[in-house]
Amino acid sequence: MFDNFPFWPDRASAAAGNVDALFIFLLILSGLMTLLIFAAVVYFAARYRRRDGVPAEQIEGSIPLELTWTIIPFAVFMVIFVWGAVVYFKSRTPARDSAEVYVVAKQWMWKLQHAEGQREINELHVPVGRDVKLIMTSQDVIHSFFVPAFRMKQDVLPGRYTVAWFRATKPGTYHLFCTQYCGTQHSSMIGSIVVMEPAQYEAWMSGGSSGPLSASGEKVFSELGCVTCHRTDAQGRGPNLQGVFGKPVQLADGRTVTADENYLRECILDPGAKRVKGFQPIMPTFQGLVSEEQVNALVAYIKSIAQPAVGANPSTAAVVPQNENQAGSKVQ
Amino acid sequence: MSMATATAVKPVERENYLNKEYGVGSWLLTTDHKRIALLYLISITFFFFIGGFFALLIRLELLTPAGDLVQADTYNKLFTQHGQIMVFFFLIPSIPAVLGNFLVPMMVGAKDLAFPRINLLSWYLYIIGGAMMVHCMLTGGVDTGWTFYTPFSTAFSNTKVIEAGLAIFVAGFSSILTGLNFVVTIHRMRAPGMTWSRLPLFIWAHYATSIIQILGTPIIAITLVLVIAERALHLGIFDPKLGGDPLLFQHLFWFYSHPAVYIMILPSMGVVTEIIACFARKRIFGYSFVAFSSIAIAVFGFLVWAHHMFVAGISVYAALVFSILSYAVAVPSAVKVFNWTATLYKGSIRYDAPMLYAFGFIGLFTMGGLTGLFLAALGIDVHVHDTYFVIAHFHYIMVGGAVMGYLGGMHFWWPKISGKLYPEGWARLAALIVFIGFNLTFFPQFILGYLGMPRRYYQYPPEFQVLNVLSTAGATVLAVGYLLPMCYFLWSMRYGKPAPDNPWNAAGLEWQTQSPPTTFNFEKEPVVTWEAYNYEEIDARTGGEAPIVG
Repeated sequence: MFDNFPFWPDRASAAAGNVDALFIFLLILSGLMTLLIFAAVVYFAARYRRRDGVPAEQIEGSIPLELTWTIIPFAVFMVIFVWGAVVYFKSRTPARDSAEVYVVAKQWMWKLQHAEGQREINELHVPVGRDVKLIMTSQDVIHSFFVPAFRMKQDVLPGRYTVAWFRATKPGTYHLFCTQYCGTQHSSMIGSIVVMEPAQYEAWMSGGSSGPLSASGEKVFSELGCVTCHRTDAQGRGPNLQGVFGKPVQLADGRTVTADENYLRECILDPGAKRVKGFQPIMPTFQGLVSEEQVNALVAYIKSIAQPAVGANPSTAAVVPQNENQAGSKVQ
Repeated sequence: MSMATATAVKPVERENYLNKEYGVGSWLLTTDHKRIALLYLISITFFFFIGGFFALLIRLELLTPAGDLVQADTYNKLFTQHGQIMVFFFLIPSIPAVLGNFLVPMMVGAKDLAFPRINLLSWYLYIIGGAMMVHCMLTGGVDTGWTFYTPFSTAFSNTKVIEAGLAIFVAGFSSILTGLNFVVTIHRMRAPGMTWSRLPLFIWAHYATSIIQILGTPIIAITLVLVIAERALHLGIFDPKLGGDPLLFQHLFWFYSHPAVYIMILPSMGVVTEIIACFARKRIFGYSFVAFSSIAIAVFGFLVWAHHMFVAGISVYAALVFSILSYAVAVPSAVKVFNWTATLYKGSIRYDAPMLYAFGFIGLFTMGGLTGLFLAALGIDVHVHDTYFVIAHFHYIMVGGAVMGYLGGMHFWWPKISGKLYPEGWARLAALIVFIGFNLTFFPQFILGYLGMPRRYYQYPPEFQVLNVLSTAGATVLAVGYLLPMCYFLWSMRYGKPAPDNPWNAAGLEWQTQSPPTTFNFEKEPVVTWEAYNYEEIDARTGGEAPIVG
């Protein structure tokens, strides 16, 4: 009977319980506040209704009362603020070993690609119990990636990456909505998230992939001729990209930035904006020459050549900054 | 709506601002703040019903999950223009331009506003902006959402973005000039003895509102000019393809548009304060706290804009700062609610129609305010942002709060404005219908929002249907509630009993002149020797019941 009238959204992610707990606390709190005020208004209105010969009693005000109902609400608000901030922090900080999915939004569809290579449209398969990090960008206007059952939402902006993550906890199929108004078919930009048991997911994964995203990134990297400058032997006219991901980079203008997805993306599309110290501004822009998917693949590739260097052999981790310094001191 | 009829009324025994001069020219060239208030009343009523009609179409479309009443593009234009018209052409001007215009000079004991010709100019700017908006609607409309988010509005929408932007740009100057006029009037034209601490709280609320209008409105004007320039000349301010930043637009837009909410709600709070004092026969509990809470709301209101952007891609730390500041602005609002409630304590309370609207205001504003706490909590906002929860919340504040206050004020001062009494029974019935219709319309939307129904959807998954049907049913009840006052106000102008000068035995200088007032408000300049809300003296003098006639 209640198929068309659910009372509570599905709760299918690690974050959902945290959000619901705070929500219920606020429901009770505001329910009590509403009752208190309504009761007071109704009681006063009835008790002190106008009667002949009973004049109103003039009361100037009361500083202790004013302070009480300023300070107590403020204290309660601060409790809500801190609680809300904690929930938010948790929902904004993905684990380091998350599975990665690249999302490209466009009017009016979701294009999704797993780091392992599977591509999907308007449908995303994920395993139960694994952190999934979404690295999202838009090809046109602002969209927003919203999965009510996960209590998760993040705007997807053109021109840069935004990141979100979730850990699904219950197998099933859940709505994926676009919540940022994006034009005519905004309300049809609906997809679904299919949460599967790990074994099922492995089976699904093994079907029909063209290889990991980083491999296609490597292909793009060589096709575009990036290898001729970005060499691994520190002799290149561009910085050595091995091990660069996630590390601080010294810029020509003296600033230091972390080489995250957004930085790599910017370097590909607007190389002059944050040039690495010690290198000439000779890299051409690839704006308009590569698709959003190719940028994603390139970023995935650069990340992949970073990770083995750190993960496989701990001693190379120490070498990485040194490489950077070499790169930094090298003037062409 | 009053022009034709009011001039048709046979001149009553006394000369007043309505019967002093006749003819269209005497209205269109008037510099009398009261006549300008009526010009505004007619024009904003027109826009209110257009905006309301669009709202009904939106609700009808949402009766079924499939988009079957109108096309997607039409639906997008409907909600866009519903928002733009209601915000910029109804809610923002409603109380300040109608009741404020009529009452601010009288309440401070002045003959008129400080700049009567600028006041007329501000009405013309409003009308020019409104005509541009109507023209935009008739020639194709605009589909960006009232928020004009870029780069959709600058590079992707194929509708009349520039026309709509210019219409709002022009109307914005009307708002700025009204604010300016009020600030100068309140500072410079108070009657002898009318000190700051004797000002009615309606005036304090309008003072705070005017500050926001003067400081905030130029920001939206500049922002709209940038959108228009970007769209026409592809400058690359907001479009990332051209090196721009879409979040910059959101910062600029909300820097005005959040404070704009307080332009809508502060005057309403002022109205409700006057009504509660009068119908409880009491001085407002904690006068100075209520006065300064208005100023605090105006100031804090400028510091919370990015709470509309918690999932837009701002940094986690920025989000923390804007979350905590949002709670700061909630404190003075809570203080006001507590003070109104405390004012009822040991009062002598009557339940006339304006008071029913004031009670309704407290109820709806409390619920709207408390749900604001949910949205300011970062963890919850992530889930409910851009869903129907937000729609419900801001309609509770802006329609529940602002419109209840506006209707309450219209009833309270209608005898003064028109010189006629409205039918009390009908008015109480209308107040009840509005309250019930409102809750039936918007309460289900809180549940819809938490379930995850996004806003601005013209079709939706079937599990959301029952709540949408309830909401649409509520909207039709609400429509009846809004039509009723218009009917009996119009009726009262011809058939209503003549109003005494002070039908409520209310305090305040506006009640000490005749109904309707003469052109220069007072026979001679009043001298104020009493505190605001001196109901004890009034009741002692009059025995508390019979209105002072003549």
